[in-house]
Amino acid sequence: MPAHPYEESVPLSRVVLDAGDITRALTRISHEILERNKGADDLVLLGIPSRGVPLARRIAERIASVEGHDVPVGSLDITMYRDDLRLKPARALLPTEIPPGGIDGKVVVLVDDVLFSGRTIRAALDALGDIGRPTAVRLAVLVDRGHRELPIRADFVGKNLPTSLVERVKVRLLGVDDVDAVTIEGFGPQEGAR
Amino acid sequence: MKRHLLSAADLSRDDAELVLATADEMRSLADRPIKKLPALRGRTVVNLFFEDSTRTRISFEAAAKRLSADVINFSAKGSSLSKGESLKDTALTLEAMGADAVVVRHGASGAPHLLAHSGWVRSSVVNAGDGTHEHPTQALLDAFTMWKHLGESKPGGLEGRRIAIVGDVLHSRVARSNALLLRTLGAEVTLVAPPTLLPVGIEGWPVETSYDLDGVLPKADAVMMLRVQRERMHGGFFPTAREYSRRYGLDGKRMAMLQDHTIVMHPGPMVRGMEITADVADSDRSVIVEQVTNGVAVRMAVLYLLLGGSEPAVGGEE
Repeated sequence: MPAHPYEESVPLSRVVLDAGDITRALTRISHEILERNKGADDLVLLGIPSRGVPLARRIAERIASVEGHDVPVGSLDITMYRDDLRLKPARALLPTEIPPGGIDGKVVVLVDDVLFSGRTIRAALDALGDIGRPTAVRLAVLVDRGHRELPIRADFVGKNLPTSLVERVKVRLLGVDDVDAVTIEGFGPQEGAR
Repeated sequence: MKRHLLSAADLSRDDAELVLATADEMRSLADRPIKKLPALRGRTVVNLFFEDSTRTRISFEAAAKRLSADVINFSAKGSSLSKGESLKDTALTLEAMGADAVVVRHGASGAPHLLAHSGWVRSSVVNAGDGTHEHPTQALLDAFTMWKHLGESKPGGLEGRRIAIVGDVLHSRVARSNALLLRTLGAEVTLVAPPTLLPVGIEGWPVETSYDLDGVLPKADAVMMLRVQRERMHGGFFPTAREYSRRYGLDGKRMAMLQDHTIVMHPGPMVRGMEITADVADSDRSVIVEQVTNGVAVRMAVLYLLLGGSEPAVGGEE
């Protein structure tokens, strides 16, 4: 007997952000970063692999087109700083690329696809501490789905997405995947109530 | 489940490429101001060395420390081993101290295997060289160095590459581990040695053999020179050192026969003037110093993949 009334049903999936929505959200985030930072000086964008990296690149492109010069962009792998490292089999590492100028005295904007428990960002802050000392660290995410387990919040959010814990938010981005889309999958009560 | 790295043959192609890719990330750590990662915090790695070693022990020690593990060095000299304690009693002592990994070098082939399968210790066992048998982390760092130079750091990068391993194959644990690992990675290995320095049963290895160095060099993408291990020789394997050098040593003249991209390697310690001349060892083609640097990154990768998670990501099962 199924423990959950929806367990045997087909997983439902709905698109919450399409390609146009993602583009507009990233453009807005880029402008917000510039506004908050009063320009692109001393900015460093670091994407958290895997899907934070293409997002950071896209934001960097938009900032470059507005400001007329490139901003340093890189990636920051947080695998070895995870608090659940010991709970699962050893994971493969993902690339960390710190731009040549480093992060000392810079304003680092961490970029990730989904903000959920906040544990990834906690790990990223620890990883940053071993690389240098930025003057400030900000956080940009495409989707904030809530359910924080740590006192962490995002400075720049593409879309706030109220979710239930049984749902899964799936981000697909061109370059990594074949399409730009954010979907929610699961057997959420709002689906059933509809 | 607990796993070990006892032989290069323990690694599947996916395992080996995972180690190489992980080592590539570990290597970038050397350029950072803080050369430390937290992955093995609270884990204990014991370096158990029954045989002398400079490079390998220091390399494992640096690797474990950069991953924040606690390191205990245990060498035969200055311990109860010199008083006649057995491998078993030493192992039980280590177990009582709570070692998570034992890195073992031993003069007897098969000692790490015994340690891993005896039930004396619960920790992961990493073979750091056993007798004339195997030295898997050396093979991994050699493969990593080739992969960086010849394979564009891509999966499958060593496919079809031709590697010549030259010299005292008979006494070389490096040659055996390299032959096995390079075959796994798709490279073609040729062992070059006088007939007296090729082991019995070489037909069963996944390699070509040759007695003619000059015939092999022009086709090779990497040439690895091996030290003549006189401490393990009891008898006349070749007439004189000079004759050996003339037929199987790598000098400037032979180096000129190599292709432009070909690299020259040596696992160390080198005997300059015997298997390799100083001008070759110090030339632009030589990646011998780089091999040592890469050794730390590769051993970090191995320790991380064995100890970093709840269960190892690579290695042979118990």
